[in-house]
Amino acid sequence: MSEAARSFRVATWLGWQIESNWTDPFLFAVYSIVKPVASVMILVVMYWVIAQTDTASPYFAYMFLGNAAYIYVGSVLTGVSWAVIDDREHYQTLKYIYASPINFYFYLLGRGMARFLTGTLSVVITMAFGLLALKLSIDAAQVRWLYLAFSMLLGLVAMAFLGLLLGAATLQMARHSFMVGDAVAGALYLFCGAIFPPDALPAWLRPLSFALPLTYWLESLRRAVLGSEASRSISPSLSGIGDEQLLLILLGVTLVAGIVSIYFFRWSVHRAREKGRIDMTTQY
Amino acid sequence: MTSGVELFLRTIVARAYPRVVGTNRERSWLFFDTFLPLLSTAAYVFFYRAIKAPEEYIGLVVVGGAMTAYWLNVLWSMSSQLYWDKDAGNLALYVAAPTSMMAILLGMAVGGMLTTTVRALAIILAGWLAFGIQFSLASWAPLILTFLLTMAALYGMGMLLASLFLLFGREAWHVSNLLQEPIYLASGFYFPVKALGFWVAAAASIVPLTLGLDGMRQLLFPQNPAFGFIPVSIEIWILLGLSVVFITTSKFALDYMEKLARQQGRITERRR
Repeated sequence: MSEAARSFRVATWLGWQIESNWTDPFLFAVYSIVKPVASVMILVVMYWVIAQTDTASPYFAYMFLGNAAYIYVGSVLTGVSWAVIDDREHYQTLKYIYASPINFYFYLLGRGMARFLTGTLSVVITMAFGLLALKLSIDAAQVRWLYLAFSMLLGLVAMAFLGLLLGAATLQMARHSFMVGDAVAGALYLFCGAIFPPDALPAWLRPLSFALPLTYWLESLRRAVLGSEASRSISPSLSGIGDEQLLLILLGVTLVAGIVSIYFFRWSVHRAREKGRIDMTTQY
Repeated sequence: MTSGVELFLRTIVARAYPRVVGTNRERSWLFFDTFLPLLSTAAYVFFYRAIKAPEEYIGLVVVGGAMTAYWLNVLWSMSSQLYWDKDAGNLALYVAAPTSMMAILLGMAVGGMLTTTVRALAIILAGWLAFGIQFSLASWAPLILTFLLTMAALYGMGMLLASLFLLFGREAWHVSNLLQEPIYLASGFYFPVKALGFWVAAAASIVPLTLGLDGMRQLLFPQNPAFGFIPVSIEIWILLGLSVVFITTSKFALDYMEKLARQQGRITERRR
């Protein structure tokens, strides 16, 4: 256990250094602001072009909050998968890390945690931008903080499992799949109701949406922040699920994701050793 | 005895070759680089449908989604490629080789463009089949001309950026990262660039995809006047100008940066 905790802690510190010390703090701050704000502004402009309404609309808050929270998904998924490619092919240290007395699973988890921390910075900036510049209709006094804390905790665990699943898959891939984290996060963006409710998907795609922990995480997050009724009215297919029930479903789906992730990770590491992929470098 | 022109052309083929062969060896890219980006484009389609946008906007998003492939290719496989090559030890070999760096960069562009075009076509085809997009193209010639000029200007810009990235260390990745979403926003990848106002759209036109996308959308969906920023004929002339400027500048920038990098010992430097 202590080895796992140590691996996690050191990897988080290492990841944070890699993410933040490439420039001076001012440029890092600019970088941290511009990217998330630009990302959310794409949707805001799309919304404005069509809806032409003010930002007090409940759907706008629904979309904005989902998009802001989704920054975490991209951060964690990309963080873990990129750590594999970065360490293996860029720094060419993965083989040494693997051979050292650390827990490899918790090492990658730590690298994902570092991205979670930089992601938090982006989420805070995005939400501040929404509240101050776009006058989002969110009342801090109405937010159910305890429910939000449970939702975030379960959501983070689910993202960690998904990140490790993707990290394990990345072990089998060449360097030209370095965008895999972004690509998978982009694909899940479609299914988990980040910017529109699952009801907007064709009926045959909805079961996929309901199988993802992220769908329940985002819905519970919205119920905590926007209010249960506001979120249910936009997302009819999830409206029949009670608030506590929603957290239980999130817990259940997260556990399933965890079991799949752990077994797949073990299989993938074993296969990477057999195929000589721990120290593979690919130059296309 | 190999002539200069022949050597130049052979270098282009030689640099493009590993990119094409590499993608055949590792076919997982067909799923991760083609199918998954298609789904993220679909997310914007469903968003437009959720807010009840006119159907032409679906086509607008699909065309924009397809063109993101080229921007990502320019950023990650052109601009920051020399930094990656530097770290891998290939850059010193490129510089020492008796050939032109311009030819090496062009080879990168050609090799990258081939695989990127597969991805872009897959997004267009899937978008057409899955969402029933109705294109109203009157004539192929202006569309092909706009596309080719956009590519020439875009990859010229990529070569210019690559020369600038020659001096970068680890920040190369973050700069590339920083140039993703802000350019998607400024160039109007998912909405008509006209919506940003004339001056913002005009400033964003320095990125060739801004005018290229706008021109192609005007030609593909002429029924929606909201898409047009400026007339296509003017956009074609500006794209031609950008192509000449970027390709010419990249030649001078590359020579200068290479000289600077040699003087400062950055050809073999590995700032990790």
